[in-house]
Amino acid sequence: MKRYTIDPVTRLEGHGKIEIFVNDDGEVANAYMQIPELRGFEKFCVGRPVEEMPRITTRLCGVCPEAHHMAAAKACDAVYHVDPPRTAKKLRELLYSYFFTADHTLHFYALGGPDFVVGPDAPAAERNILGVIAKVGLDAGKKVIKLRAWCQEMIEKLGGKKIHQVTSLPGGVSVGLKPEDQARAIEVAKYGVEFAKFTFQVLEDIVLKNKAYLDLILGDVYNQKTYYMGLVDQDNKVNFYAGKVRVVDPDGNELCKYSAHEYRDHIAERVEPWTYLKFPYLKKVGWKGFVDGKDSGVYVATPQSRLNAADGMATPLAQAEYERMFETLTGDKSGKKPIHARLATHWARVIELMFAAERALQLAQDPEIISDKIREVPTAKPTEGVGIVEAPRGTLTHHYVTDEKGILTKVNLIVGTTNNYAPIAMSVKKAAQGLIKKGVQVTDGILNRVEMAFRLYDPCFACATHTLPGQMPLIVTIRDLDGNIKQQFRRD
Amino acid sequence: MARPKVALYWAASCGGCEIAVIDIEEHILDVAAAFDIVFWPCVMDFKVKDVEAIEDAGILVTLFNGAIRNSEQDHMAHLLRRKSKVLVAFGSCAHEGCIPSLANVTNRKEIFKTVYHETASTDNANGVEPQTKTQVPEGVLELPEFYDCVRALDQVVDVDYYVPGCPPQSDQVWGVLDHLIQGKPLPPKGTILGAGHKTVCDECPRERKEKKLKAFHRPHEIIPDPQECLLDQGIVCMGPATRDGCGAKCVKVGMPCRGCYGTPPGSKDMGMKMISALSSVIDSEDPEEIDRIIGQIADPLGTFYRFNLAHSILFRVQDDLNRKAAE
Repeated sequence: MKRYTIDPVTRLEGHGKIEIFVNDDGEVANAYMQIPELRGFEKFCVGRPVEEMPRITTRLCGVCPEAHHMAAAKACDAVYHVDPPRTAKKLRELLYSYFFTADHTLHFYALGGPDFVVGPDAPAAERNILGVIAKVGLDAGKKVIKLRAWCQEMIEKLGGKKIHQVTSLPGGVSVGLKPEDQARAIEVAKYGVEFAKFTFQVLEDIVLKNKAYLDLILGDVYNQKTYYMGLVDQDNKVNFYAGKVRVVDPDGNELCKYSAHEYRDHIAERVEPWTYLKFPYLKKVGWKGFVDGKDSGVYVATPQSRLNAADGMATPLAQAEYERMFETLTGDKSGKKPIHARLATHWARVIELMFAAERALQLAQDPEIISDKIREVPTAKPTEGVGIVEAPRGTLTHHYVTDEKGILTKVNLIVGTTNNYAPIAMSVKKAAQGLIKKGVQVTDGILNRVEMAFRLYDPCFACATHTLPGQMPLIVTIRDLDGNIKQQFRRD
Repeated sequence: MARPKVALYWAASCGGCEIAVIDIEEHILDVAAAFDIVFWPCVMDFKVKDVEAIEDAGILVTLFNGAIRNSEQDHMAHLLRRKSKVLVAFGSCAHEGCIPSLANVTNRKEIFKTVYHETASTDNANGVEPQTKTQVPEGVLELPEFYDCVRALDQVVDVDYYVPGCPPQSDQVWGVLDHLIQGKPLPPKGTILGAGHKTVCDECPRERKEKKLKAFHRPHEIIPDPQECLLDQGIVCMGPATRDGCGAKCVKVGMPCRGCYGTPPGSKDMGMKMISALSSVIDSEDPEEIDRIIGQIADPLGTFYRFNLAHSILFRVQDDLNRKAAE
């Protein structure tokens, strides 16, 4: 048995490593994605006042603190049985829309994008944002920085801080949008829409018109058939902030659609001894192991998954792109047939980027957005509540139980990337099996293509690199059964 | 001429400090031009072996964020200390423990019990827990050891400078980086960089009348006046016990400070400083009434020590007396 260790795997909160075992026939026997980290929020938040959770749980992730802030805010509303005023919800969703716009942009250009824009077999030193800029131009790079800067500015205005927002409370938000700031809010949202259009052009010119990339997307190495999860509004259109959680099976048929407080009827989490992270699965289907198919409770929660689970997009430009993607990849623009080609997640992400920008514009232009009715002081006794939003990386669930004073007694969190832990492991194994075979030399391109199976999920935080030049060194160590190094292959 | 080497590393953290560096926007180009970044796991795929291959003190500056929660992070702190001329505890986690060190209210056994056995959606009838070594059919898989206590960086290695904040605000981050890019002389060892020398009250625009209080309110219980000091209105605000430099952004949007910039100058313990500040505003001489007023503070431990438990004189909770009494 040969063993390949990829350590570290980047772009996961904390650290991760992949162990690939290859048997004597040269076939991949198994691959393990280990997560070596845990902090224990579900324990140390016990004893904290529930209204502090929108400020404490942001520290789960400094790249998507907005997601935890909103899930916590909604859970707090539920705990206190209070319904925030309409404007408060619109303000939260507006902040959230700027966030999705910025975050998805970042992933496309700096993380996932380089594999396509520059190419999976391009020299490692070019497979980063600098290589992307060389391909699309310095102006584009500056556009990315500007888009992020403008969205962060609005997030600070509405949330108090760019990183680790503070304004949500049970019953509403602590600040509104001043009338004199509405024009700026609209300007930023409009720029987001223009930038999304520009990004589609990049996608079109560099990825979709390239047959080799289209083959890569459609090929079997990155194809998996599982259940798909996402939040949908009352029309079954994708929504990031509110709605019900819908799950469809690999054929596109609805398995369930549940409200936040019902999540435990549908999701359970397993423990394995070789990793600190748990594996969620669908209870109604059951855990059958790390396998594909309708009989396996493994599910995905990603942009692609959200588009699979929904019936469409709620804004016109995003909807047109939705139809185009489904037409191209399934032959049916209605979106009834789910897309299983995992690399298409990058495309789905750009469609969501467009929706987020259009949604931000809708909300910024809404006359009610500048109303000062932004808070309802709770009067009911606090008990228990669940808040669910879509984080960029997947469905996010916060569940709180408190005593009669609103002090937490129980906390349960199912975080975006956690949903995808089993699928990530499966995608990595499948890619390794498809790429590493007897007689195949393990090249830099091969290793990168294994990493691509992991990278498409945009795990927990967007590593917000704009510019840094650099290589992507990797060291593959092949050891015999005694652990002696037989061969070392470097890519630096 | 070779550019000086710089490294950025994260231990038990959230990634917010990485974003805080990126939020310097186009200045990141200046950083990339001035330095050779040799290790930044969030952004680049350099391995630990690459760091090991650098000669001792070969890295000019390492910005180390995150607290020390497990054996891998402990190892990396020691490795980067050896390889760096200057080691900076970057952000609240590395500086004083931050929210990960709130876990010092509990311990490994209790955390594992909750996370792997008791949470509402956990399905674990066989009582499985993560192990440092696991035998699988193909070989042995390893995980780092999860420590009982969380530590700040200077509680495991010698630290040269600190940049406080959760996260450090980007204008402050750029100030520090610009200083390094320009090759300006470094201040005395142990200096707190990228922050002020007073408390958040000095940055706060609200009007302070230093009122005496008969009651405390939690932030969601009242709608405060937007101009007046929050503490004057009975909302516990950590401003008087927190170092300035953040721009008082939270109070500007109507939310009380929670202390993320850490222990203020001249103080050894934020909690003691805050208790002192609060005792001077309680409007009563009657012990029973004082008790009742203080009882309205919802979570003294988690409010006074949210960002600095590892660095505080408490460091960790020794035992849970409430649990003991209940048993």
